[in-house]
Amino acid sequence: MSATTILELPPCRGDSYLTDGSTLTSWLLTHDHKRIAILYCLTITGFFLIGGAAAALIRLNLLTPQGLLLDAETYNRTFTLHGVVMVWLFLVPSIPTTFGNFLLPLMLGAKDLAFPRINLLSWYLFTASGLIVLAGLITGSVDTGWTFYEPLSSGYSSGALVVVLFGIFVNGFSSILTGLNFVVSIHRLRAPGLTWYRLPIFCWSTYATSVILMLATPILAVTLLLVAAEHLWGVGVFDPTHGGDPLLFQHMFWFYSHPAVYIMILPGMGVVSEIIPTFARKKIFGYHFIAWSSVAIAVVGFVVWGHHMFVSGESIYAALVFSFLSFVVAVPSAIKVFNWLATLHKGSISFEAPMLYALGFILLFTIGGLTGLFLATLAFDEHATATYFVVAHFHYIMVGGMVSAYFAALHFWWPKVTGRLYPESWARFAAILIFFGFNLTFFPQFILGYLGMPRRYATYPPEFQVWNVFSSAGASILAAAYILPLLYLGWSLVRGERAPSNPWGATGLEWQTPSPPPTDNFARTPRVTRPPYDYPEPTV
Amino acid sequence: MSEHVLEKQFVDLAHQSETAELGIWGFIATEVLFLGGLFAAYGFFRYLHPVGVAAAASHTDLAIGTVNTIVLLTSSFFMSWSSLAARDGESRPAGVLMLITAALGIVFLGLKAIEYAEDIHEHLWPGPGFSLSTPDPKSGEVFYFLYWLLTGIHALHLLVGIGAILVIANRARRGVFTRAYHSPVRVVSLYWHFVDVVWIFLFVLIYLPGRAP
Amino acid sequence: MPRPPRRLVFVWLILLLLLGGNIALAFVGLSVLAPVAHIAVAATMAVTVLVIFMELDRGVSLFWVFAGAGFFWLALLFVLTAADYLTRYSFTPS
Repeated sequence: MSATTILELPPCRGDSYLTDGSTLTSWLLTHDHKRIAILYCLTITGFFLIGGAAAALIRLNLLTPQGLLLDAETYNRTFTLHGVVMVWLFLVPSIPTTFGNFLLPLMLGAKDLAFPRINLLSWYLFTASGLIVLAGLITGSVDTGWTFYEPLSSGYSSGALVVVLFGIFVNGFSSILTGLNFVVSIHRLRAPGLTWYRLPIFCWSTYATSVILMLATPILAVTLLLVAAEHLWGVGVFDPTHGGDPLLFQHMFWFYSHPAVYIMILPGMGVVSEIIPTFARKKIFGYHFIAWSSVAIAVVGFVVWGHHMFVSGESIYAALVFSFLSFVVAVPSAIKVFNWLATLHKGSISFEAPMLYALGFILLFTIGGLTGLFLATLAFDEHATATYFVVAHFHYIMVGGMVSAYFAALHFWWPKVTGRLYPESWARFAAILIFFGFNLTFFPQFILGYLGMPRRYATYPPEFQVWNVFSSAGASILAAAYILPLLYLGWSLVRGERAPSNPWGATGLEWQTPSPPPTDNFARTPRVTRPPYDYPEPTV
Repeated sequence: MSEHVLEKQFVDLAHQSETAELGIWGFIATEVLFLGGLFAAYGFFRYLHPVGVAAAASHTDLAIGTVNTIVLLTSSFFMSWSSLAARDGESRPAGVLMLITAALGIVFLGLKAIEYAEDIHEHLWPGPGFSLSTPDPKSGEVFYFLYWLLTGIHALHLLVGIGAILVIANRARRGVFTRAYHSPVRVVSLYWHFVDVVWIFLFVLIYLPGRAP
Repeated sequence: MPRPPRRLVFVWLILLLLLGGNIALAFVGLSVLAPVAHIAVAATMAVTVLVIFMELDRGVSLFWVFAGAGFFWLALLFVLTAADYLTRYSFTPS
């Protein structure tokens, strides 16, 4: 039985947003945030598959020390494609543009976002950017890695680089507009009675993510613009032959790209914060701390970027400052982990697929986060930087963390979005398989990095082969495990049981409307009178 | 064309108008970072090569730069006046004032084009044909790289602004705006002033270094 | 055409005056202090435009937060990058 967060609404009659217009134009010219979310989901799934194919090529190649499939240049192009596609065409948009778009107005009790047409524009910009980026990566020889370091990128790379940079520039516009839409919506469209401290944590995380999207992305845009201009003109501000400083590129690039990694985890944390209370049937522990920790991560995340440059030549004084601040930024994340665990404590826990993904997230994110502290330590980083230790670290957070959270969200809100229930046994199986495959893929990489195997190399010394084989084996399991949900979720669209409005008995306004919701979300604007996560107190 | 559409997610017109204004302020914040990032690149390069940059900057056309700054400041004056007029429900006068603003913007672009032609004539386009008679022409070449990029991006923003003003001015002259509904004028006004603020800093960084004997 | 609001004319004149002052300063030999002085005057002009022309003084506090956020975050970029540049050659190996 759902908690009484709002007054009882009369049942919504009439079409859902899915049936409200069935022509292609009604989808491609929609203003409905829910339809736009679906459009995003389709495009990012496509990009995920492309990025995943590149990953498969990488892991296949690394089965043997001499490199099984690819020569060095092709290998470099492959990991460049993998990084660019996964970062900008999958992870950065993932949860915000799909679940953020779908859920935010519902969670706010609003009929849509503040700027629906800008929302549609964001999707068009995003899709266009993806096509432009792919065109550049596939037709040209862009082998710089997703980090485009100077002077390799402007001086020694092919002209297709400019195409890729332009694509990412357009992608940035899409991000900025989405962030703006979310921030303004949260400020201005909350239903009567929905104060900031009654918002679900997902809204706080979305807000924090959106601040980063708005304030970091412009720096990326301008940095890539400078690189492209330098490439085209042959002269530039990063160019050492003209007295420019390549390190300036790194400062500006990482000023965006470090906060970007928080874009790529905060939404996942928001999702986990919704799922844990639901499947522990207990209100979240330390709501204010979790809410403000999202903001803290967003703000402090902007002042740690120099930890990517410890060995590049920045001053030791700056390195010390950045190292210290990198330790500080771990604190709000740790607060979240402690609060999730405290929420579980004495909760009435059940292990549906979303919960399995969420629990996996907590463990894998913690491992990833702790290894980040290793890397924030100057002395250790001297040894481990540019090795597989770093690769394992960020994959634990981005794949073990964020992708798990994405799948958690997919399962948790699937009934709401599609009006269908997915098959629970298959989902649990996939979740466990993903967890197993993931660890087999990436834990050996910590060992490889510690032993000294550098990243971004097509070949390696033979003594590293065993761990590489383990990793590649894990990757094949992971690949199969990621395909599974595509299959059973797709099946559920046609044969799945119809979902009630609140299959999990969760709190939150999105569950107080039918599954799937009508176009205007609510028959009457809800009025909120109760705190969030209003589950009954656990009986001892 | 429905001029006063109240979108379904808003309570009333005032709610919608204030939200639009918040939106443009948010957008301006992102632009501060975009242009500011470019200024940062300029700033750190200049920190590394102060003499070379100053010497190169002294070859810019201070006269055109100054006139252009006066033109833009005056255009902001007219845009501000227009915004106040719209707020008082004087739609048609607001429209005329916006047309004057746009005209001044076009004057700016015209002078800029003359200046650009001058620069190219003096071989100040970075690349093989670049030539500058200062002790440190390499830094000078990078300075001019930034000059073209900064002023070019500013000009692009100005062009977008002129386009937006013309569209809104056209609506204003048809008497569309009232005391209750004039947020498009406010939005376009804020954008225009922001482009002016960017120029205020740009002017100082491009035209003023290296003038002292 | 009605007369322009006096406040706006006044502000416009101030801006022109500040501009003139800044240009004059350029011809005085301030050496290292020159960029600082020029930016300071430009910042004064910018704040004037923000407060009067962009009507921040009549806006809700959220507008101030949004406007300020952009500049604050830009300051982070400048300050921490400067922390590197200003200290790069401060430590020489013995």
